Amino acid sequence: MDTGFIIEKFILVAVIFGISLVIAMYSTYAERKVAAYLQDRLGPDRAGPFGILQPLADGVKMFMKEEIIPTTSNKWLFIVGPGLALLCACIGTAVIPWGSPMVIGDKVIPLQVSDINVGVLYIFGVVSLGVYGVMIGGWASNNKYSLLSAIRAASQNISYEIAMGLSIIALLLMTNTLSLKTIVEQQHGWHWNVLYQPLGFLIFMVCSFAETNRAPFDLPECETELIGGYHTEYSSMKLGFYLFAEYINMFVSSAVMATLYFGGYNYPGMDYMATLLGPTWAPLFGTAILFAKIFFFIFFFMWVRWTIPRFRYDQLMNLGWKGLIPLAIANIIITGVVIAIIEKF
Amino acid sequence: MSTQVFYFVATLSIIFSLMVIFAKNPIHSVLYLILTFFTFTVHYVLLNAQFLAVVNFIVYMGAIMVLFLFVLMLLNLNKETEPVKSPLIKIVGVIAGCCLIVTLVGSFKAATITSPLILKNPGLGLVENLGKELFGPFLLPFELSSLLLLAAMVGAVLLSKRDEVEA
Repeated sequence: MDTGFIIEKFILVAVIFGISLVIAMYSTYAERKVAAYLQDRLGPDRAGPFGILQPLADGVKMFMKEEIIPTTSNKWLFIVGPGLALLCACIGTAVIPWGSPMVIGDKVIPLQVSDINVGVLYIFGVVSLGVYGVMIGGWASNNKYSLLSAIRAASQNISYEIAMGLSIIALLLMTNTLSLKTIVEQQHGWHWNVLYQPLGFLIFMVCSFAETNRAPFDLPECETELIGGYHTEYSSMKLGFYLFAEYINMFVSSAVMATLYFGGYNYPGMDYMATLLGPTWAPLFGTAILFAKIFFFIFFFMWVRWTIPRFRYDQLMNLGWKGLIPLAIANIIITGVVIAIIEKF
Repeated sequence: MSTQVFYFVATLSIIFSLMVIFAKNPIHSVLYLILTFFTFTVHYVLLNAQFLAVVNFIVYMGAIMVLFLFVLMLLNLNKETEPVKSPLIKIVGVIAGCCLIVTLVGSFKAATITSPLILKNPGLGLVENLGKELFGPFLLPFELSSLLLLAAMVGAVLLSKRDEVEA
């Protein structure tokens, strides 16, 4: 391994990490603005023009608050919980292709940290690991509401992971690869997977709402039943970590949805733009397109949150096990049959 | 470098698996078990078996251990509720453990050290090759094992289902 490679990857990782944090920060602002718009209010508008500095003020507040660790809690695990939640949220970005390879001078730089040939499964693994942060934090708080919330989060995640995996299988039947890079390259121009897998996309999207604990599936944080949910006992930046992790998860799952189903950095007319902008700037334009898609999905997450009321717990489980899983299996069978027929003739 | 990484990770595996046994709190035990599985995942990656690594990651670390943790959290085991074991059981345990060690040492001594096994195809662990092997020469055992899993699943559902008459 040469030093140039390491430096190149290091810069890429640092940039992606920075962008994820900034997006998570401004997602809190966006969430409040979207909520305000949907409820016909103004939203935060005191700090800076249009309240644009509000996330900074919130961040400073989070850092400055007194840190309380309950005496009956398991101290070590109480600290590990939020850290793990944030870690699992951040490492998902490693396999997402952020743009087509960029040419600077005579050097070709892939805008992806690592193209492992099991990229889709890696994302899946990271998602399934994310629940540990919530579970450990909720248990270590030694508070029955936190514990109940942690257990809800775990059962919800396990249930929806199945439907999510099944919806991806139908997609993989068509792409014949697990590498995210290849999946994106196959969707060149207008050939987005959502056109061939609309049902699969719908299931995947509903499941990602459940996996990120967002409304209408935010039962682990259900205030009316569980006070604050798994982070009832948390204060200061540890609480901040949990909230941050939620927004980063939202960002990552938006990126995954855009990559798997909405063509990633592909857009109609990209060949024309490639000749127009040259090999250095065209990939960056593609990246901007990808981010536009991601922002749309983040907005969609918020839109749904402020529109649809929270499910009841048995409704959630019924939807997952009796609705989405059979639907996903039917989707696999239909996809398989159609592929077999097409290949035959 | 790969060898050094292997020894480092192997040491970690042994330490964590010992901690699984020695931890007093059952939850800590499970958490150490998760760490042990994580080191196994690293071992698979070192063996260039990416698919197995990721599956180990998802299934063992991400699903099975979550269920373990889930059950233990619900049980809420404390030191006070743990039944006190009689000395007789402890002695029996020690004797059984010693027997196991003797058997293991005997069997390892009998096994002659052969030259290291070199895979003909180093990319065997990649998804594509693994799929071709599973759905080619090993199709029958693969399907049979899936049938076995299905039977276990049906059994579990049957057990958890309440009696219609009682309800």
